[in-house]
Amino acid sequence: MTTPVLQLENITKHFPGVLANASICFDLLSQEIHAVLGENGAGKTTLMNIVYGLYKPDSGRILVNNEPADIEDPNDALRAGIGMVHQHFKLVPVMTVTENLMLGHEKTRGLPLGMLGRLDRKQVSQEIRSLGERYGLRVDPDATVEDLSVGEAQRVEILKVLYKGADILILDEPTAVLTPQETEELFEIMRALVGQGKSIIFITHKLKEVRAVANRITVLRQGKVVGTTTPDAVNMAELAAMMVGRAVLLTVDRGQSHPKGVVLSVEKLTVPGKSNQPVVNDVSFGVRAGEIYGIAGVQGNGQTELVEAITGLKKSVSGNVKILGKDITNLGPRLLAHAGLAHVPEDRQKHGLVLAFSVEANLVLETYYQQPFSDGWWIHPQEMRKNAKKLVAEFDIRTPSVSIPVSSLSGGNQQKVIIARELSRAIKLLVINQPTRGLDVGSIEFIHKRIIEARDQGVAVLLISVELDEILSLSDRIGVMYNGRMVAEIPASAAKRETLGYYMAGLRVEQSANKNVS
Amino acid sequence: MDVILVGLFSLAIIKATPLVYGALCGILGERSGVINIGIEGMMLIGAFMAFMGSALFGKWTGAAFSPNLALIVGLAIGVLSAALVAALHAVLSIHYKIDQVISGTVINLLAAGITDYAANVYIDPSHLSGVGVFPEVPIPLLSQIPILGKIFFSQQPMVYFMFGLVIFLQYAIFNTPWGLRMRSVGEHPSAADTVGINVNRTRYINVILGGALAGLGGAFLVLESVGRFQKLMTAGRGFIALAVMIFGRWTPVGAFLAALLFGFAEALGVRLQFGDINHLYALVVIIAVIVLFVGAVGLIRSWVIRSRSSRSLVVNLSLIGLGALTLIAAKLIQFPDMAIPIEFLGLLPYILTILALTGLVRKAVGPAAIGRPYEKQ
Repeated sequence: MTTPVLQLENITKHFPGVLANASICFDLLSQEIHAVLGENGAGKTTLMNIVYGLYKPDSGRILVNNEPADIEDPNDALRAGIGMVHQHFKLVPVMTVTENLMLGHEKTRGLPLGMLGRLDRKQVSQEIRSLGERYGLRVDPDATVEDLSVGEAQRVEILKVLYKGADILILDEPTAVLTPQETEELFEIMRALVGQGKSIIFITHKLKEVRAVANRITVLRQGKVVGTTTPDAVNMAELAAMMVGRAVLLTVDRGQSHPKGVVLSVEKLTVPGKSNQPVVNDVSFGVRAGEIYGIAGVQGNGQTELVEAITGLKKSVSGNVKILGKDITNLGPRLLAHAGLAHVPEDRQKHGLVLAFSVEANLVLETYYQQPFSDGWWIHPQEMRKNAKKLVAEFDIRTPSVSIPVSSLSGGNQQKVIIARELSRAIKLLVINQPTRGLDVGSIEFIHKRIIEARDQGVAVLLISVELDEILSLSDRIGVMYNGRMVAEIPASAAKRETLGYYMAGLRVEQSANKNVS
Repeated sequence: MDVILVGLFSLAIIKATPLVYGALCGILGERSGVINIGIEGMMLIGAFMAFMGSALFGKWTGAAFSPNLALIVGLAIGVLSAALVAALHAVLSIHYKIDQVISGTVINLLAAGITDYAANVYIDPSHLSGVGVFPEVPIPLLSQIPILGKIFFSQQPMVYFMFGLVIFLQYAIFNTPWGLRMRSVGEHPSAADTVGINVNRTRYINVILGGALAGLGGAFLVLESVGRFQKLMTAGRGFIALAVMIFGRWTPVGAFLAALLFGFAEALGVRLQFGDINHLYALVVIIAVIVLFVGAVGLIRSWVIRSRSSRSLVVNLSLIGLGALTLIAAKLIQFPDMAIPIEFLGLLPYILTILALTGLVRKAVGPAAIGRPYEKQ
């Protein structure tokens, strides 16, 4: 446990205009889980891509087992025993597990025809089976990848790296897509791997996970190493401060909510999916003024379609949606905006903004035709600009100018533009889907505060997030969606991570679910 | 089975051959992620250069060699030229990341313009004539099989080569490292990249190989069909080849079957102009052939493409039986004389194709990363 298997010495990498890695030193010991912690843009992924041969460092060197290693491309990395599990799976969906694992290093049988030899699927699938048994990673080698669950696909990714003979595994944000139970399983797998002689670099921005599984922690900030420590030596707040560079409030002070009458009521709503099977199935719930109703669930269990049906982007086939008693089922987005609905969509770049438009134009996307921005014939640019300047100051949007395209802003600032636009109108209901996906701790803190403020002003908030922590820290009541149904509804005070996790995985169904509160 | 039908099917194979070559070109490109709508242009260049190569070789060497040698030389030149044009498409769309549809269109326009001009300057004034076409080579024994022997095994060499190529590529795309890599590059290039596959090199190789196949298709029109070059002689076959590729779901065997259907339509159109076939009889034959085709496709799908969800064996076999019975029955019935405009009869297979593509066959899904240049993040 003491010999370093991987050492990075003074790795420096520039991108045009950015110093992504500044003279980084890092070492990984044998049979160790070493966490690399940092915000988005701290340089974690860049560093790992250098180790894996996808980027070339400007300077610095890499030592594997105390030997300098010349890693030019992923093949060199694999030869040196380094394998990477990417955040976005690098699996071909239409191919089988076996085909995905053999890709790039195919085994053939029969005549030695090189690239035109016959693929030996049988042999490889047997190897995968025995490898899976050895490390407790069970998958069906003949299954097609697109039919696998996210957790299974990740096991395939890890198997792929092991199959290629890696001893050093780099896991890039592996828990981003997993349920709490799947995360726990992953940690078990990681411990088992380390027990069998592997070493793991675990990249993440989640403090809790680092403390749960890592032997050592290296924190990166703005391309530099802030420090290396162990989980026992620091508490969560200290780690967060190292990561962000200042003290951060990890839990939102959400105060007391004062719910009033029902604003949004959804009754027996059913929404068809691509193949006409219901993806939202007979869902009923209500959201009151001045409360935050959180919907938890693993991605792809109907949350997206539910939000689209409520916000007028998709048609439902049965059931109805009411805002303040008025039936708004299947109305279009503009009529819904008039009814007092604000929507912060899941995919901010696709549905939230017109990326090529300026910041000021994006801030009036729903109101450009109304006073004072227009008199019905012309748009008044000076009013638009005045409005933009006001909102930029109020919502702390960091932009050099309000006339530049919104595409040149960072993700956090783009999200702030959407939130500023939605909250600057007189609204009754805020539907906010994945409000902080991919954002840094600072922006998350700001956005959470704004959501609480909106609630305190008497807005009914429907919050949808795959981050269970976000749901738990903001919501007053929590509904859990599984397989298109609302399988549980729990007051926040009674909600526990474990219980929610079981509901999210579909392992338990509450008897009293689907009961409308009004 | 009578002489007319056998002749018709035999002609259908001939008419299908350039379509198959064109579709294979499309399959190699698109399976590796590059759209190729320049097949038409590549075929046209292939046809022109094959003609020029064989005609000039024949003219310069006089009668010193057998005309077949001139044809082989022409074939090689046609294939190489089309591969060069494909290389241009590859450079434009892979290296310079130009929109692949536009690059393909450019190639079509370029090929039409260049061959038109060159034909005006080099062929018309000197009355350059071709050296004929490849002879028919009946395969011993196999060509003696009743009906099938006449249809499949009494053809010209490039037709046999096409049969072999279809079988070989069907095997290679799904069962060799080369095929696995090509498909991975077309489906998820960054996955291929992370396991050390050179995405752009893979695409270059396959687009250029595809161009060579399109060149074969073009050369076929000259060297095994008419024996001389006519302006714009591909007449949209490159585009029909694209439809054939999609109808065949990006598989060689699928494309071969689809091409047979289109080839049959073309053959029928040609044959009906002789005026000795009863139109109602032709109509029944078309329907019977389509029923036969649907059954055969279902059968082959459950074999070759290992599709689990296809129709059962019984249904497929009874479709084939029904089609064959109708063909035989149609021969025995005396149809009343009735003139349907020839063009309508020729249209029927296309209309049924459209119906099949839109409704009956489930949606055809192409490679996922098609048309997108690969960029590392």
